[in-house]
Amino acid sequence: MDLTFLLMTLLKIVLICFVFAMILGAILTWGERKLSAVVQDRIGPNRASILGVTALGLMHPIADMLKAFTKEDFVPAGANRFLFAMAPMLAMVPPLVVFAVVPFGPGPDFVIAPLDTGVLFIFAIGGMGIYGATLGGWSSNNSFALLGSLRAAAQMISYEVSMGLNLVGIFMIFGTVSLSNIVLGQGQLLWGWLPMWGIVVQPVAFILFMTASMAENKRAPFDLPEGESEILGYNLEYSSMRFALFFLSEFVEIVVIAAMAATLFFGGWQIPWVDPQGTAGGWITVGQVAAFVGKVVFLCWVQLIIRWTLPRFRYDQVMALGWKYLLPLSLLNIVATAVVLAML
Amino acid sequence: MDAICEPNVHLVEEDGEMILNMGPHHPSTHGVLRMILSMDSEVIRCLSADLGYLHRGIEKIGESIPWQGFMPYTDRVDYLGAMFVNHGYAMAVERLLGVEVPPRAEYLRVVADELNRIASHIICIGSVTMDLGAYTPFLHGIREREKINDIIEEWCGARLTYNYMRIGGVSFDLTPGLKIKILEFLDGFEVFVQEFNNLISFNEIFIKRCAGVGTITPEDAVGYGLIGPNLRASGVDFDVRRDHPYGVYPELDFDVCVGRGIKGEVGDVYDRFWLRIEEMLQSVRLIRQAIERMPMGPIMGKVPKKIKPEKGASAHSRVEGARGDLFTYVMSNGTVNPHRIHIRTGSFNAFSIVEKLAPGMMIADLVALFASLDIIAPETDR
Amino acid sequence: MTAELLIFYFMAIMAVGGAVCVVLPPFGRNPLHAALALLVSFFFVAGIFVMLSAHLVAVLQILVYAGAVMVLFVFVVMLLNLKKDELKGARWTPWKVFGVGAGLVMFTKLALAVVVVTEGETPVNLAAEGFTGYGGIHDVGAALVTTYLLPFELTSILLLVAIIGAVLVARRQTGGAS
Repeated sequence: MDLTFLLMTLLKIVLICFVFAMILGAILTWGERKLSAVVQDRIGPNRASILGVTALGLMHPIADMLKAFTKEDFVPAGANRFLFAMAPMLAMVPPLVVFAVVPFGPGPDFVIAPLDTGVLFIFAIGGMGIYGATLGGWSSNNSFALLGSLRAAAQMISYEVSMGLNLVGIFMIFGTVSLSNIVLGQGQLLWGWLPMWGIVVQPVAFILFMTASMAENKRAPFDLPEGESEILGYNLEYSSMRFALFFLSEFVEIVVIAAMAATLFFGGWQIPWVDPQGTAGGWITVGQVAAFVGKVVFLCWVQLIIRWTLPRFRYDQVMALGWKYLLPLSLLNIVATAVVLAML
Repeated sequence: MDAICEPNVHLVEEDGEMILNMGPHHPSTHGVLRMILSMDSEVIRCLSADLGYLHRGIEKIGESIPWQGFMPYTDRVDYLGAMFVNHGYAMAVERLLGVEVPPRAEYLRVVADELNRIASHIICIGSVTMDLGAYTPFLHGIREREKINDIIEEWCGARLTYNYMRIGGVSFDLTPGLKIKILEFLDGFEVFVQEFNNLISFNEIFIKRCAGVGTITPEDAVGYGLIGPNLRASGVDFDVRRDHPYGVYPELDFDVCVGRGIKGEVGDVYDRFWLRIEEMLQSVRLIRQAIERMPMGPIMGKVPKKIKPEKGASAHSRVEGARGDLFTYVMSNGTVNPHRIHIRTGSFNAFSIVEKLAPGMMIADLVALFASLDIIAPETDR
Repeated sequence: MTAELLIFYFMAIMAVGGAVCVVLPPFGRNPLHAALALLVSFFFVAGIFVMLSAHLVAVLQILVYAGAVMVLFVFVVMLLNLKKDELKGARWTPWKVFGVGAGLVMFTKLALAVVVVTEGETPVNLAAEGFTGYGGIHDVGAALVTTYLLPFELTSILLLVAIIGAVLVARRQTGGAS
């Protein structure tokens, strides 16, 4: 464990967690507003400027950040101050830690920690996100926030189960839970011409996974914990940077989901038919990293557009969907995959 | 659910209950209304409706100003349907005085009323979708409503509180350019309705959230005095425009839409939502006919400068407003000021039935029910 | 003292400290704080598993205990929302005595096992000897469905019984109300 290794790892952490994830998350706040504006026939953010440069409203995340930092940090009366302060951090940290095992490019240089328990690690750490939402709502001393945090806890626990089971098919086909190896496995070709991407071999799992992970991230149509027209959300009492942390964590989680879906179902850094082993180096490697980032951005866009199209489920409908439809379907998917694999 | 729910009494936390104070500032009360809920986690055990936050004493104000001067106040009764209250008050005073309204003015009133009806229904169906979490359809609706606002602004100078009608006629005539604009809007509006339906009305999640939720039986609808679209959605075939005709409505051809329970039961949230969409299309038909058949002529009847009806005379009018049967009663005491003005609106009754329907409902359904009843806060109190 | 040992001691102290905080004031006073202290303890225990190259067990520790079991604890604590005075009446009950006894027995057995195993043995660096898959998902999984198949299946049955029991309890409650 020498110094260069430590420094390299630190550099990777900074580049991946703070430069890639946080900046993409911040840009997504702009993206969501701009996209919703396009969807809704509006202009959207276009005013914030630095020296007259508005850049399509891209200065808005900076303005938002400045605003969040300078606003009053309000703690409601009767709140549990300790947990009230802890909750936004608990919400923000897990999605960032998850990036430790996501391979951004071929080889061990493009991943912070190439664990062979990769996907399980993501679930373990990602599951911690529940605490932020639940404790945030509970500690605010507000009935609406309490309802929101109850909804959040119930919903996130329910969907975590089927989210994990959806991926079992992928594990069985590629024979590994390490993300790097799954990506390598997706470089193979089916019948000599079709890239063996996860979405090709496990299309049902992809749809179920996206559904479950959007529910896990509490975004429309599963945004009941926020449910701004009913209970106003678990983060109702938060203001200033604490609220911004909740807000940003949601967007970083969008990036996490997109990165996971890209890695597991869209071949990660694979460019079809080009250098499946990732040994070429040079410009091809640059292209592969760019391909990964491109896939992530595309999947982020998919999540945003769903958010602005669909209405919200009701609490019992969310539970019924999770337990009565998604869970049996993912179990069926596992059985079907096993049968097909056994026959081949 | 065998716990007895007594609204206004049931305000303490009983075993396992949580009191939730919804309003007066809550995004889904659409104005300042308050509901106190006794919740069993997500399920409502009891609801106490509380209003009076927007009482401005409009009817009392009317007693101290001249007959003509009350017209702008009628705008404030119902901010989404100012035209109907204008119309109702003008008609009541015309009946009191026995003034004849010229036919062109009557047709203009129909055009203005129906445009306003579309604008109001857009807000209602938009807020149903918005309260169910779909923000986009609402803003698409707002875009169309904006066009109506532009048309009416060009027509009478105001976008919300129109103050368009006068005792004995209307204030401004329709210019030929505006006529073309209205027809163009109507063509675009039918396309919008198609698009809106594809976006949200036939969305599976939306149907699941609305169908079979908040069902009002015809007996309850009549018993609680619901009016307008809420009443018709429950399967009661009643429309003032057809059953107590006024103006030139008997000469125009339109259908009265009645709830049929197309996705769930008759009188559920989806029926009320769908009925308003159908009514908007009927309004489009009405406006087209009215513009086509509109005769030339004056827009104001012969009204005395100083309105001074004889003492004790009284009159009433009924107008089919966006929220239903709008009843206006006026009485004179022989001076230039009215003795009594009363306006009967629908939102008060619509709000009262929420207390009956809410127990056993989930809070998310309450929001849908509330939006589908199209309750306008200032209209409950006046 | 190597860096590894330092890290181990840090983790061990935090794990035990977290566990102590669960019952002792100031954290033990508030059920939710106690639950969070337990969470901290879980995390550092997982860290110790990682140091023993039991990666899978470490991940499962977080996934199952911190991610699922503790969330349910927090859920229940939030739902009950106990007041301070309701918590004061903590008394010795036969069940508590039994629990403490069971804990002590468990502790002695574990301590004895540790002493017996480590006595006279030198630590082996498994990774250096080429056991690359040791503690990984493949080896643990294979062991579970071959050598330890019977205990594994028995545990599954136990969980099934627990699930059915939970459903039954929930059913009876709602059935009584309607």
